[in-house]
Amino acid sequence: MTCDAKKPVIDIHAYLAEFEDIPGTRVFTAARARAGYHLNQFAMSLMKPENRARWKADEIGYLEEWPLSEAQKAAVLARDYNALLDLGGNIYFLSKVFSTDGLSFLQAVSTMSGLSVEEYQAMMNAGGRSPNGVRSKKDPR
Amino acid sequence: MARITAGVASSHVPLLGVAHDMGKDRDDYFGPIFRGYDWTREWEKAAKPDVVILIYNDHASAFDMKIIPTFAIGCGERYKPADEGWGPRNVPDVIGHADLAWHMAQSLILDEFDMTIINEMDVDHGLTVPLSMMFGHVEEWPCRVIPLAVNVVTYPPPSGNRCWALGEAIARAVASFPEDLNVQVWGTGGMSHQLQGPRAGLINAEWDNDFLDGMIGDSDRLRHIPHIEYLRETGSEGIEMVMWLIMRGSLGKTTRALHRHYHVPCSNTAIGHLVLEPAP
Repeated sequence: MTCDAKKPVIDIHAYLAEFEDIPGTRVFTAARARAGYHLNQFAMSLMKPENRARWKADEIGYLEEWPLSEAQKAAVLARDYNALLDLGGNIYFLSKVFSTDGLSFLQAVSTMSGLSVEEYQAMMNAGGRSPNGVRSKKDPR
Repeated sequence: MARITAGVASSHVPLLGVAHDMGKDRDDYFGPIFRGYDWTREWEKAAKPDVVILIYNDHASAFDMKIIPTFAIGCGERYKPADEGWGPRNVPDVIGHADLAWHMAQSLILDEFDMTIINEMDVDHGLTVPLSMMFGHVEEWPCRVIPLAVNVVTYPPPSGNRCWALGEAIARAVASFPEDLNVQVWGTGGMSHQLQGPRAGLINAEWDNDFLDGMIGDSDRLRHIPHIEYLRETGSEGIEMVMWLIMRGSLGKTTRALHRHYHVPCSNTAIGHLVLEPAP
């Protein structure tokens, strides 16, 4: 049988607080999952071809069917993925939106990085973004 | 008796599926990635597993935000490739092994792992890309597959320690199945990658290679890595590597490496691949 005798007890408040110390990163916590529930479910609906067709024909009308905040609707229409992350979106759900737009993960992800697609691709081909200086907001920059 | 004969670890980047399906797998970009799997494809032809227990995460395909199981085992007869927004991959249906899967589900629950049982679902790139990487273009997959889905999307995912312990429990469950079956356990996902925010594109080859080192031999140091270390060192999606620890835990105290491959980049991601066997 399993033995939990040595299991460390994790302080959930300290556990969650550490996530806010990572620069340029929104960890998909329970709080974000709650805030983004309908946003992510809207994105999920684009898995179905008939929904993709209705969405492409009338984005604003399609969004009206979902109980999203005005900020969430505006960020979806603007394809502002950093704003969508702030408003509770998760990248795997948001990928249904950019896939419907015909964007690859690399193209969509680059829009969040502050780089052009070409610059981002060049960074990846050169080995990616170094973790040095971006592990913690306290790192010397 | 059923027995676990080997463990395989692999990234499961969706673009690998695209490259494979479009015949781009030997071009300048993808060639160095796929060449690292040539050894494994030949080895699998000789190893001939009856069943692969395939540890993966669903990427908003079978599961949406309505239900989020931490550990879910597929006990169905067969699974179709998911339509992830651009149509399903043209790969064979995945045939389950319901007898072993139900035996595992019962054994694991009695062993205090409270599994979610799935009878019907579609399987996305997290599961079908590793099958393509290991088996190539085939009319049908050469073995049965038991999908085992792990939540690594909504926090908190299971701890590395819990994943390792689940692997140990899987080994006990497989060992008590009376049929003589050659079983492999595959752990998929990773390695370092971050698909979101201004820090997107993070890659940490040094950390990844230390993780590969830690999968080999008799050390169990990897099971104690906290979530925050994966996040800081390997990017927000590097947390998928906890799924490798389920495979590692299932192989027993000591492993031997048969094959190792690492390549940067594939799309946004560092590709890592290992073939391990339990060492006596």
